[in-house]
Order: sequence, then structure tokens, then C-alpha cells
Amino acid sequence: MNVGQALKMAVKSILGNKMRSLLTMLGIIIGVTAVIALVSLGQGATKAVTDQVASLGTNLLTVNITGRGSTTTISYKEAEELANIEGVEYSAPANTQNGNVKFGTTSISVSVVGTTPDYADVRDYQLAAGRFVSQIDMDYYQKIALIGSSTAEELFAGENPVGQTVLINGIRYKVVGLLAEKGDSLSGSNDDVVIIPITSSERLFKSKGVKTIYVQVKEPEQMDAVVAELEAGLTKTFRGNENSYRVFNQQDVLDSFSSISSTLSLALGGIAAISLLVGGIGIMNIMLVSVTERTREIGIRKAIGAKKKDIMIQFLIESIALSGLGGLLGVGLGIGIAQVASKALNMGVSLSIPIMVLAFGFSVFIGVVFGLFPANKASNLKPIEALRFE
Amino acid sequence: MDAKQTNREPLIRIEQLSKQYKLGGETVHALSDISIRVNHGDFVAIIGPSGSGKSTLMNVIGCLDSPTTGSYWLDSEEVSRLKENKLAEIRNRKIGFIFQGFNLLSKLSALENVELPLIYRGVPAKLRKEQAVEALSKVGLEDRVHHKPSELSGGQQQRVAIARALAGNPPILLADEPTGALDTRTGVEVMGLMKQLNKQGHTIVLITHDLSISQQAGRFIRIQDGRISEEGGEMRERRASP
Repeated sequence: MNVGQALKMAVKSILGNKMRSLLTMLGIIIGVTAVIALVSLGQGATKAVTDQVASLGTNLLTVNITGRGSTTTISYKEAEELANIEGVEYSAPANTQNGNVKFGTTSISVSVVGTTPDYADVRDYQLAAGRFVSQIDMDYYQKIALIGSSTAEELFAGENPVGQTVLINGIRYKVVGLLAEKGDSLSGSNDDVVIIPITSSERLFKSKGVKTIYVQVKEPEQMDAVVAELEAGLTKTFRGNENSYRVFNQQDVLDSFSSISSTLSLALGGIAAISLLVGGIGIMNIMLVSVTERTREIGIRKAIGAKKKDIMIQFLIESIALSGLGGLLGVGLGIGIAQVASKALNMGVSLSIPIMVLAFGFSVFIGVVFGLFPANKASNLKPIEALRFE
Repeated sequence: MDAKQTNREPLIRIEQLSKQYKLGGETVHALSDISIRVNHGDFVAIIGPSGSGKSTLMNVIGCLDSPTTGSYWLDSEEVSRLKENKLAEIRNRKIGFIFQGFNLLSKLSALENVELPLIYRGVPAKLRKEQAVEALSKVGLEDRVHHKPSELSGGQQQRVAIARALAGNPPILLADEPTGALDTRTGVEVMGLMKQLNKQGHTIVLITHDLSISQQAGRFIRIQDGRISEEGGEMRERRASP
């Protein structure tokens, strides 16, 4: 007897007992469905996060300065010199403080960033209206400001802010530009912000120097070299104290996210394996019952010439067909649930073919493993005893 | 055909065959010192009351069980010491079983039931179907091909079983109380069919406890307490000679 014939018999037997077959497969179906749906949603979420990080620019380095002793900052000139190395596209020192911004009778607290003209390029800010900070603003300590889109919304409520005057910590600043909406990033909203020239900021907040330098590297390959050189420069500045600064790489963030996501996948895989195992035990259980129920059938088949191998193949194929069909239904259901959930929860899904193939393959494998015992039991029945069975 | 067959080795040659098995620590002598010859074209009835050992004898003849001692040549092949897989092959090729309870597979149609021995023989699908339909028409059921056993009467079911036994064209038909589950009228019909098959040249070994059934066979062998107690009836070659 060949496998095709056995498959025909298996399909017949499965269809002959639809309800029972469905219940038998349920364990596998639920297991595979859960894997496909969870992995799709999980990968979708991971992809959304990594895309967001990547949109900030993976070439972005952030230098945070904590300082040592009484020197907790470096001056912005020093910062610019520090970042003036091979492979750096732009660099922008920034002095971020919390300020009270007031327009008319509305007053809000917002982070005020004192920086240089390159900041727009480094942080990838676009202008919605007006202009950015220019060199001349810095040289003449101009009291001008750019406003983030959310801040503008709160202060001006739809009015055009360009040309208006706001009070930052009680000092009058002229709004010269409106930033385009940029969305949220890991460090919070990018639109709740007021940008002023760094020289004005130093005066306004009476704090010399910068605590942060944003550095845009030209090519990803130069990343390590730039980091090394920055660190060398910083070590010199802080006389060998490595705790005074920290160079922060966006790639590190990405890496830590992908490590979180792979741990998550592993955990999901473990849960899936357990549920498929339980499903497999269900299949074995029913197959054992089925062998007992069909003892007479086995006896008849053996009497008219079925060999041990024939009976073995018949039952093994039946359990594989059950688990394989369960796996297939599970994949379909999983895709469906992932799609529905993504619509309902407004989450991204990322369907992965290898995961589907793996889930299906594993369910077939479960069918083999858990079908072996019942099939072996069936094939070892003695024909005389099996024929006598009522 | 008859003249040719008389010179041939008997289809079944059983010599000094014994079968013992242990039952609750006691050895039961189910068969002792049995010698039987069945020639090609014979119609032999093995008769005996229940517990006489006739079922054990049928299991041995049908290659479902192996004897403890003695030898059994089936169609010129010693089969008493063969392994399980080899025995399955012998059953498939040499023996057509007809059981008391029909033993049809209830989920399969008449045709699929009849095809079953051919599937295990590895006959290709098309040829298999042809042979099965031919066997069904031999028993007069060519218009019931796609019926399930549950849609057939007892007599028809037994005829499907006979067709299944015939499908592989085995040298021997082994019938175990073929009329046992049938009423008298359909029993007579089935026996008529068996006799007709014997006339067509099929060798039949029939096991029964019913004397009137055994009398319809050409020969009878009576079994009592695991021994042959009486043999009677004509041998086929004598009966067939003018």
C-alpha cells in the first residue's frame, strides 16, 4: 500500500468523524493560531519601534556631559571644536532648560533648547514657516525663538506665531519660525519645544556651556571611528575621567530593541511549543481511542492481507493529516486574527512566512511523534484477537 | 481440468499438526495430531460443536495462527513456521476469507470493501476497480456497487464479503459459518452461491456446526476435542470421474 492510498483512507476517516476530528485538532489549531497572531503583532510592534528609531537617524550620536567637580559643562565653542573631526556631517551643541513661555495671558512650561544653526540638520527638523537660528543671531545675542508645533498650538491656538512676541522667563523674544510637526520619539515629544540661539540661552538661564552635543556622522561605517575620537577628545577635556561624559549611539538603542524582541520571540516560541505539545497529546489520546474502537477493522484488514507496515502507515498518516490540517487551519486563523486585531487596536502587523512554515512544520512533526505510539499499538494487534473484539 | 489436478500436489496438506496454548497456567490441547488433505476443486466442510477446536483449525488453515507442532503445506509452500509479515502476504494471495459476521468495513462502499485485498496486494487503481466490479458481478451485486454495508440486507452483505474473498482470485475460499448470521432462506441462497462457485472450480473450506450445511459440501471432516473423529463424503476426483 502506498502513501497516497493511506492519505485517501485518512481523509475519509477524518471526514467520517468531523466533530471529533475538529475537537482533536483544536489543541493544535489554538496553538498555531496563538503563535501566528502573537508573532505577527509582536513583530509589527517591533518594526514600528525600530522604524521610529531609524527615522531619527541611525547615524546620530548624542554626547551627554555630566562633568567632574565644579565643571559640569563645556562651552559651546569647545563643543564645536570637539566635534570638528573627520567623518562628522553636522554637530550641534545644545543647552536644554525648562522655561516658562508666555503669550498674552497663556503661559506654559516647556523645554527651551539653546543651540546653533546646525541643530535643524542634526535633528532633522523641518520649518513650517519662518526661518531657523542663524549665525548672526548667535553673534549678536538676538532674542529670537522658534516654536514647536504643539507648543505653537497651545500658545497661539491656530494663529500664525511668526512675528509675534513671547515672554520666556519674563524676557521678550520674537518668534521667527514655526517647526513642522515631527512626532514622538523615544525621548518624548519633539514638538513641545522652543528653540533659541545658544548665546541667548546662556544669558537667559545664566548658565555657561552645554550639556549635550548632537553629532551627525556621514556614513554608518565611520560611526566607531567618530565615537573613538570623540571619546579621546572628551577624555582629554576631562583629564581622564571617563565618568564625566557618555557617548550615546542610536544603533545601541536599535540593538537593545532587537534583543528585547528576540527574547520575546523566544518566549512566544516556548509557549507555542507547550501548547502544541498539549495539542499533540490530545491527538495521541484520540488516536489511542480510535485504535481501540477500530480493533475489529484492524483485524479485518490484517486478515485479508494488511501487513504490520500497512496498518502503521495508515494510522500514522491519519495522525499527521489531523495535525497538519490543524496546523493549516491555525495558520489561516492566526493571519485572520492578526489582521482583525491590527485593525481594531490600530497596530501594525508583520506576517512572517518563515514563522508560518515553522508552525505548520512543527504541527506536522507533532503528528508524527504522537502518532507513532498509537500506530505502533494498532500494527501490533494480533489478527485473531482483533477479529474477536466486539 | 480435473484430470490435470489429480496429479498435482494437494492444495492443503496438513500433517500431524498440533496446537497448544496456555490458558491460566493450564495447557490446552486445542488440536492434536490433525492430518488433512484438500485437493484443488474440493468443497470440504469441517464440522464440530463449539469448543471442538474447529475455530483454531480454521485460524491455522487461514494462516492467522501458527501451529505448535506439525507441518502445513499450502499450495506447495510450508507455511507453519513463517513470520507475521510473510503470513500476511500468504493470506492476501492464497486465502479468501468469508466470515460469519460478514466483517465488512461499515464506512466503505461495497466496491471499496471488495477492493481492500487488492490494495494490500498493490494492484494499480484502475485494474483494481475492474477486478472488484467483476467479483461483485459474480455474486450478482453489480447494481449495488456504491452502497454501504448498512444499506444492504444480510444476504447481500454476505455476498459482498464473498466478492471480497473472490476479488484477489485466491486458490482457497475459507468460510467460517457463512450462514450463521443469516435467516434460513438467505442462508440457502448463500450456500447455493457457494456451491455454484465450487462448480466453477473454486476450492472451498467451510467451517460449521450445522450438519445440514455440511451435508451440502462434497466432503466433511468432523472434529471433536481437537481430533478428527470422522471423515466422509466423496473425494472430488472420484466424484468427478465418469
